[in-house]
Amino acid sequence: MNRRPGALVYGLLAAFVVGSALPLYWSFMIGSHTRERALDTPPPLLPGGHFLDNAGRVLNTIDFWQAMLNSLIVSTVCATSVVFFSTLAGYSFAKLRFRGSSPLMGFVVMTMAVPTQLAIVPLFILMRDYRLLDTLAAVALPTLVTAFGVFFMRQYLVDAVPDELIEAARMDGCSMIRTFWTVAVPAARPAMAILFLFTFMQVWTDYMWPLVALQKTETLQIALDRLALTGQGQSTDYALLLAGTAMATVPLLVLFVLTGRQLVTGIMQGALKG
Amino acid sequence: MTAPAEAGTAAQPGNRPASRRPAGSRSGEDPGDGGRGGRRGERRLLRRERRARWDVKLAPYVFVSPFFLVFAVVGMFPLAYTGYLSLYDWDRLAYARGEFIGLDNFRWVLDDPLFTKSLVNTLSIFAMSSIPQVVIAVTVAALLDQQLRGSTFWRISVLLPFVVAPTAAVLIFGTLFSDRSGLVNELLNSVGLEPIRWHVERWWSHAAISSMVNWRWTGYNALIFLAAMQAVPREVYESASLDGAGRVRQLFHITLPMIRPTVIFVIVTTTIGGLQIFTEPRLFDDTAQREGGADHQYMTMTLYVYVKGIEDQFYGRASAAAWLLFLFIITIVLANYAATRWLTRRRAL
Repeated sequence: MNRRPGALVYGLLAAFVVGSALPLYWSFMIGSHTRERALDTPPPLLPGGHFLDNAGRVLNTIDFWQAMLNSLIVSTVCATSVVFFSTLAGYSFAKLRFRGSSPLMGFVVMTMAVPTQLAIVPLFILMRDYRLLDTLAAVALPTLVTAFGVFFMRQYLVDAVPDELIEAARMDGCSMIRTFWTVAVPAARPAMAILFLFTFMQVWTDYMWPLVALQKTETLQIALDRLALTGQGQSTDYALLLAGTAMATVPLLVLFVLTGRQLVTGIMQGALKG
Repeated sequence: MTAPAEAGTAAQPGNRPASRRPAGSRSGEDPGDGGRGGRRGERRLLRRERRARWDVKLAPYVFVSPFFLVFAVVGMFPLAYTGYLSLYDWDRLAYARGEFIGLDNFRWVLDDPLFTKSLVNTLSIFAMSSIPQVVIAVTVAALLDQQLRGSTFWRISVLLPFVVAPTAAVLIFGTLFSDRSGLVNELLNSVGLEPIRWHVERWWSHAAISSMVNWRWTGYNALIFLAAMQAVPREVYESASLDGAGRVRQLFHITLPMIRPTVIFVIVTTTIGGLQIFTEPRLFDDTAQREGGADHQYMTMTLYVYVKGIEDQFYGRASAAAWLLFLFIITIVLANYAATRWLTRRRAL
């Protein structure tokens, strides 16, 4: 649609954006008021001065920093591992000829459609048998590689690395692994950054698997879950709950502000859901 | 590619730019005088050639194997094991596999009214979330697919809810939809409507849960649609405008048929995700058991698998339920695929 858009288009878009931001804004507002004020009618729509009090109560209720650190560790480990192995495998599928390459790639694509969270019961048994339950290793293990990562890197590297460049490197006497490091990795960098970002967010926001794998140890999402449980009862402490939610959301918001452009590019290049 | 590369290795080893360090695996070699005649040199040359040939042959397998090894352990094995477990009884006390009971677990699950209920809940939440989501996403994408001022700003803005973790989203929406003093009920009250017991009544609870799913994913899907829309040649729209086709008509008769593969893609991924909703029904619950409401009025199938498998430790039954959910997802995906193809087929202007 080609014509210069009119005010109606901007108005509709603005309405959508405001609608998207509103729940988040409102939760920040509630989180900055006292417990009693949070229950008022009409509810407070402007910031109050009690966010730090509420944050302090959150820190007394859950081990927020430890949970944040755990989430950071697990997400970083998974994202690094996914990016490394996906780039390596994606490069092979995109650029190297070897027997069995197309059936193997077909297999990778097929497994993307299989919902792996259906396998929580055997994974749980596996972790229990190897005494990994309640460790961060158990949380990280299932996401050390993803079929989507391999697919994504393959799609990108097919066009991003010219065959001539690989040949030239080989002519210079580079071994295969060195050709990979000197030719493929530099060309793959933008896609690697996007894959890192998406995997990081996927692991950071995951709730189901940590819930299964952990007991006392907590990731951020599990800590939020506990906060919600303690808030239950006669009258829910919404100020506490939403202050905690805000604290858990801020890191990703910062990431969003810093990398929003890359996220948009990644999605528009055909990224899948995590 | 192989032959010249090897010849190059052998003939001009000294030509390697000095700035490049030899890779770790080759650091034992003497880089300087490989090709300089003499028996020792020839043998070295042969050895190097052989190594290079093996390198070319084996490297691709070495490169892909880490993925397949890890995936076999954490992806394939558990899935196969789910199938295996589903055919056996499970002794909860001994924490051991019982005897082979064939399809009994499947029969038990299918006879379980709770399973049927969670199936209906899943379908209902899925319908309430996917249909509005796709419709709004297409609309937003059509709005974005114009020469907007500050287009990057708009694109990033619609993505905002995507970075809020589902856990946080449920807690926020659970408060918004609070039965007593929630903002939504206040709004209903202010326009003279009765407040709704969002956490209690079955279909209303589905609507509340769907709204948070929609909130998180609509902007994301809009960007995927937008990417496809931008690939539609602008001339097509110009000639359609000349023929007198309005915007809405253009959307239905040109854009949607032309971005059909993307529409199908989004529908399929939305279906796979939408039928596995877990975090939302789990955390929306304000009862102590958290099994999808006091009357399981919003228990989904994934939550059923979790409760039976992890909480109650009926591993066989939970595995059977997981397989049924898998079959169910495939069926719905195929049905949606067919429906989408039919809905977005080419038609005359």
